[in-house]
Amino acid sequence: MRYSGLRVIAEALTGHKGWKPVWRDPAPQPSYDHVIVGGGGHGLATAYYLAKEFRQARIAVLEKGYLGGGNVGRNTTIIRSNYLLDGNQPFYEFSLKLWEGLEQDFNYNAMVSQRGIMNLIHTDAQRDAFTRRGNAMILNGADAQMLTRDQVRAIYPFLNFDDARFPIKGALAQRRGGTVRHDAVAWGYARGADQRGVDLIQNCEVTGFRIEGGRIKGVETTRGYIGAGKVGVAVAGSSSRVMAHAGMRLPIESHVLQAFVSEGLKPLIDGVMTFGAGHFYVSQSDKGGLVFGGDIDGYNSYAQRGNLPVIEDVAEGGMALMPMLGRARLLRAWGGIMDMSMDGSPIIDRTHIDGLYFNGGWCYGGFKATPASGWCFAHLLATDQPHKTATAYRFDRFLKGRMIDEKGQGATPNLH
Amino acid sequence: MIINHPLLGPRDAQEFVYLGDARLIHRPDGLAEGAAHAFHDYLYLRDNPAGEHRELWYHEQGDRSWLVVTRNTVTHEISRVELARDVARAEGRSK
Repeated sequence: MRYSGLRVIAEALTGHKGWKPVWRDPAPQPSYDHVIVGGGGHGLATAYYLAKEFRQARIAVLEKGYLGGGNVGRNTTIIRSNYLLDGNQPFYEFSLKLWEGLEQDFNYNAMVSQRGIMNLIHTDAQRDAFTRRGNAMILNGADAQMLTRDQVRAIYPFLNFDDARFPIKGALAQRRGGTVRHDAVAWGYARGADQRGVDLIQNCEVTGFRIEGGRIKGVETTRGYIGAGKVGVAVAGSSSRVMAHAGMRLPIESHVLQAFVSEGLKPLIDGVMTFGAGHFYVSQSDKGGLVFGGDIDGYNSYAQRGNLPVIEDVAEGGMALMPMLGRARLLRAWGGIMDMSMDGSPIIDRTHIDGLYFNGGWCYGGFKATPASGWCFAHLLATDQPHKTATAYRFDRFLKGRMIDEKGQGATPNLH
Repeated sequence: MIINHPLLGPRDAQEFVYLGDARLIHRPDGLAEGAAHAFHDYLYLRDNPAGEHRELWYHEQGDRSWLVVTRNTVTHEISRVELARDVARAEGRSK
């Protein structure tokens, strides 16, 4: 069933009785050519592009819970491609280009809204760093623009421009950045994959890998054994737990990141704003809630909930940037589990086991990467070669000293 | 989270800085055979368990001692707190 305006009108006139479930609920087959572990944004995107772009068949996605029930449903929905390093920026720009055509591509309203993102500047040194970053973005085909203090003030007059510690001196802006309806991304990819014959198998936890002679044969699951030619694991947040079944230790720690939403307010912030110096970022949802967050809690966690000190820290950052935030009530706070990698960048690579592939280590930036992550992982699964924008995301970069460390923090996952 | 410091009693976790897995106590021998790989594994690879985790916390805003805290990463419950010095000695790291 294709969605269209005509279809909506026709359904409205007939009492909306014609809508059908948009994906099947199949029982697992005995074996598949490609088994994707993880029915989140990245796993579903991988299955979708495997079927659509790489013409592969006999694909299954195995999901422990329900589709899109993990981090794709828990993030703060921001898309952008404002990275500095060569290993990252072309990949994220590829992703942003895929976002721009995504809804037409999978015929689903994901509410891609290029409302712009700005990173605030508070010191001359920061302006230099952001100028360099902006130039790197432009060199890699993205858009970037330096805004003066007055230009920022014209857009957001209510900010605290004369804060004693962090006066606002300008911003690095990317107009093509923005937000996307996160759940709809998972649903759109799921529907698109299902339409192309991918089996989306829910409530199916992978409990082990069957490996013979250094080659993957299949996966043990709570719904029985499933044979597989190739297995791609895309379970960021739980990567270490799943890959431990294959005897692997990863350059990853799991950390909890909290996010917050205020009560619904009238239109106030039309884009995305980051206040890096104060560890705070904010956007406004279409329902009116201010969606904001800050740092990860900083200790290993699988708990999907954080502690009060970070809530206090985020609230302080928000109050420092826009004091009127104190008048709004906090509606919800929640947490998600991040694959914090050792250099702050992801991994899309083969493993030492033939036919077993890994996608993870997305830190707290996985959502914006969803389309490119799926495309590049599908490319790797289908061709055994990395996509040209993802050649740096290798396991062995740590051994070879080719880290992609945007923040220059070294092997300290809780500081990336 | 409250960390029950062996010398100072219960302290708010905010006073501490987190380092990570307590296996970092066991720094490899840089002169041994295969030291490059040993250091790669030591520096970059983690068990990252869901459940009980022994980890290093530094009491930066307190007595500046290093602690080994045994904490559950699923519930955040802290079951044991030891001085890292004692743990290192017991595991044969120091004189």
